[in-house]
Amino acid sequence: MSMPFYVSPEQLMKDRADFARKGIARGRSVIAIQYADGILFVSENPSQALHKVSEIYDRIAFAAVGRYNEFENLRIAGVRLADMRGYAYDRRDVTGRGLANAYAQTLGTIFSSGGEKPYEVEIFVAEVGDTPESDQLYRLTYDGQVADEHGYAVMGGAADVVAGHLAEHYVAGASLADALRVAVAALGHSESEDRVIPAGDLEVAALDRTRSQPRKFLRLREARLTEILGGRGSEQADAPAPEDALAGSGPRHSGQDDPADPTDQVSGATPPLEDPVTGEPPVAPPATPPASEPPVAPPPPQPGQPGAPGQPTAPGTPPPPTEPGQV
Amino acid sequence: MGDSRLPASFMTPGTSSFADFLGVQAPDLLPSRRAVPAGAAGDLAPHGTTIVAATFEGGVVMAGDRRATMGNIIAQRDIQKVFPADEYSVVGIAGTAGLAVEMVRLFQTELEHYEKIEGTTLSMDGKANRLAALIRANLGLAMQGLAVVPLFAGYDLAADQGRIFSYDVTGGRYEETAFHSVGSGSLFARGSLKKLYRDDLDAEGAVTAVIQALYDAADDDSATGGPDITRRIFPVVHVITADGGVHMPDDQVAAIADRILAARMERPDGPAASLT
Repeated sequence: MSMPFYVSPEQLMKDRADFARKGIARGRSVIAIQYADGILFVSENPSQALHKVSEIYDRIAFAAVGRYNEFENLRIAGVRLADMRGYAYDRRDVTGRGLANAYAQTLGTIFSSGGEKPYEVEIFVAEVGDTPESDQLYRLTYDGQVADEHGYAVMGGAADVVAGHLAEHYVAGASLADALRVAVAALGHSESEDRVIPAGDLEVAALDRTRSQPRKFLRLREARLTEILGGRGSEQADAPAPEDALAGSGPRHSGQDDPADPTDQVSGATPPLEDPVTGEPPVAPPATPPASEPPVAPPPPQPGQPGAPGQPTAPGTPPPPTEPGQV
Repeated sequence: MGDSRLPASFMTPGTSSFADFLGVQAPDLLPSRRAVPAGAAGDLAPHGTTIVAATFEGGVVMAGDRRATMGNIIAQRDIQKVFPADEYSVVGIAGTAGLAVEMVRLFQTELEHYEKIEGTTLSMDGKANRLAALIRANLGLAMQGLAVVPLFAGYDLAADQGRIFSYDVTGGRYEETAFHSVGSGSLFARGSLKKLYRDDLDAEGAVTAVIQALYDAADDDSATGGPDITRRIFPVVHVITADGGVHMPDDQVAAIADRILAARMERPDGPAASLT
């Protein structure tokens, strides 16, 4: 007879928040920064196709960090909501605030519903106005909280360090080029070094109120970025991050359990429920561990460290299979 | 709390089409889903009339007259019937004005929606096919007299040329070469363009040719409006090249129209083509 464990609501919410925060912290940062003619988004993203910053509507843009499939889902929902509202009413009736509210309700509901995994995302919703004072920048977290940001905002992995650098160097009302330089320097800044991010690895987009078309969103391509940023010293690409989808990298068969990789086929210290070939349950472990070796609790998995050494096998459990399919 | 999140259809992946999404989420917003009582309804609403388009070296122009009629009444003398569909294409509409303007809005949203969701624009043929699907969905209303017949033109970046597509009420899509016209005055406009069109026209030459054609259409068709010189109302003209589409400013159109009018003071039937 088994009794369900009691988990306090505080603990439950804390666990879910920790889970979401861990997922977000694995990604690289995105900066939204206000400049004289609008709002600029800068992120380090080696992929040319999988965007973190996108257009939602005439004056509204969307930026996100975290799990790609989840924020892509939110982005498409936002485009549909905005286009439907603009079609049913008028283009001017689509507002960033309305969109931010819809996202907040959605994220909040998913976070607090027991049956769903919380979204591991954080998003910016920005709307450019006719004057810098009427620009709006909302930051939404995984649990549906909305913050109204001014000047600049950072989300993602090293958000604190990047925001610290921006706090020192941000100037209100800067030109596009100046704002871009400050943001790129902040993204390359870490406690140990100041890295020059290659222009080809930057994803930069802006909501520019001076654009003559009704659609104010534009992407700044590599050629334009090189022109603005100019000579910055030798460029240094970032080390591969878990969020980079490397071509051809399927599930890893390292023989070791990597807690950060849900696609690995090894379960580390956890014995398989049954023999994968015969379907027989495994031989029951000895009732008492050998006296010479006291049981050692495995160290907690280190998040954000792909390829961390496998956990030591707890005594009394069968060794993990070295290769899937081998018994 | 569960009611406040975005409905599941917003989060469902799959379609990049705004019209398809609207059909699931809010079908009453689609122009073709309106229930109309049985019987002819064609005389209820204003009709838009003549649209002409012509290609030239490096682009395409489209022009529409400004008249909407209800039977023998002129319902509006400055209606706009030519609209940009996206940056590189333009759509002009003849038929029931109210439905047509709504369909153009749906088509514009459709193209922009695809562009935002997919991160790339539809091909020229893809755009033409989407418009055909919207027209086909309107067949029920068309059979009750509320037909919408568009003319679609744009610059095909892949083929580096201007292209023109015409449609019938069943959604049939036909690519036209050189020039085409739809609407009540289209027979006269096409006849006029036959004599005026040449392969070596430049943008201004093509604009002049389509305004001449609209003049000829207005000359013989009571539902097509000619240049209104007292109110200074002139055709709406869009020119699309590899740099994108522009709505030609009214003063430029007026200058060309004034030249044409001055020439027609001498010869009311317009320029004479050589016999051989």
